[in-house]
Amino acid sequence: MCEDCCPDMEQTLFYILAAVTVVATVFAISEKHPVHAIVYLVTSFFALAALFYLLAAPLIAMFEVIIYAGAIMVLFMFVIMMLDLGHPENSARPGFWQWLPALLLAGATLVALGILMSNRISIPDKAAVVSIRDVAVMLFQKYGVAIEIISMQLLFAAVGAFYLGRRGKQ
Amino acid sequence: MIVPLQHVLILASLLFCLGLVCVLIWRSNIIMLLIGIEIMLNAAMLVFVGGANHWGMADGQIFALMIMAMTSTEVSLALAMVVYLYRRRKSVDVDELTNQRPLGHTEASTDTAVSQQP
Repeated sequence: MCEDCCPDMEQTLFYILAAVTVVATVFAISEKHPVHAIVYLVTSFFALAALFYLLAAPLIAMFEVIIYAGAIMVLFMFVIMMLDLGHPENSARPGFWQWLPALLLAGATLVALGILMSNRISIPDKAAVVSIRDVAVMLFQKYGVAIEIISMQLLFAAVGAFYLGRRGKQ
Repeated sequence: MIVPLQHVLILASLLFCLGLVCVLIWRSNIIMLLIGIEIMLNAAMLVFVGGANHWGMADGQIFALMIMAMTSTEVSLALAMVVYLYRRRKSVDVDELTNQRPLGHTEASTDTAVSQQP
């Protein structure tokens, strides 16, 4: 991203942030308490936002922090607290027979990935930097229709959420 | 590109597998299941951004934005459904979602509407 700092530091930072993301996600999915899981997930998303910044996507990094860590996770937290779900002793922890197929499937996927990656495929590197100006021009010119469709989709989702969340006639 | 594209892909597939495990093991809690879907969508976004950085094209970042908008849509609807489920069944178990009566029925007709189903 920044040209003045040395690339070795950026590489080290990438691997550190990748480790933080993976470890925080592991803690999040194995946590029984939903509020703790969400706090771990916010950590993971912050590290992921820094990764996006390192991958020359500052716009996506900002939106990751604002929308994911800021809005969506707070929405989860709001629902958990509104429905009073923060009592992990009431919910069943997944047992061994639920872990086994999930771990088998994930292990098979990762082994397949390892075999694929061990073939040393070399993808040619094209060093071109995407600036925010490029993103904005392409977003509002080439993908202008998509923006309209997305805004319609958000409107429909808001209507649907209002409809599902109304109190009913009691 | 600060790191090879392969390393970004490896990280994304690790995150995707973690999200998959989260979806598969937390069938008793719909909140954790939605969190697993979030993790998988984030892995997809990481692939898009890594590709955009690698090939120097802005399209990947735009599709990451699209994924983000789609995720917020999905989460708002899914959490509204969680609230809807909890008000009727007092539970967040996914298995309870199979037995929902249709919207608009009054409370008295719940049992008949459920029992009339084949």
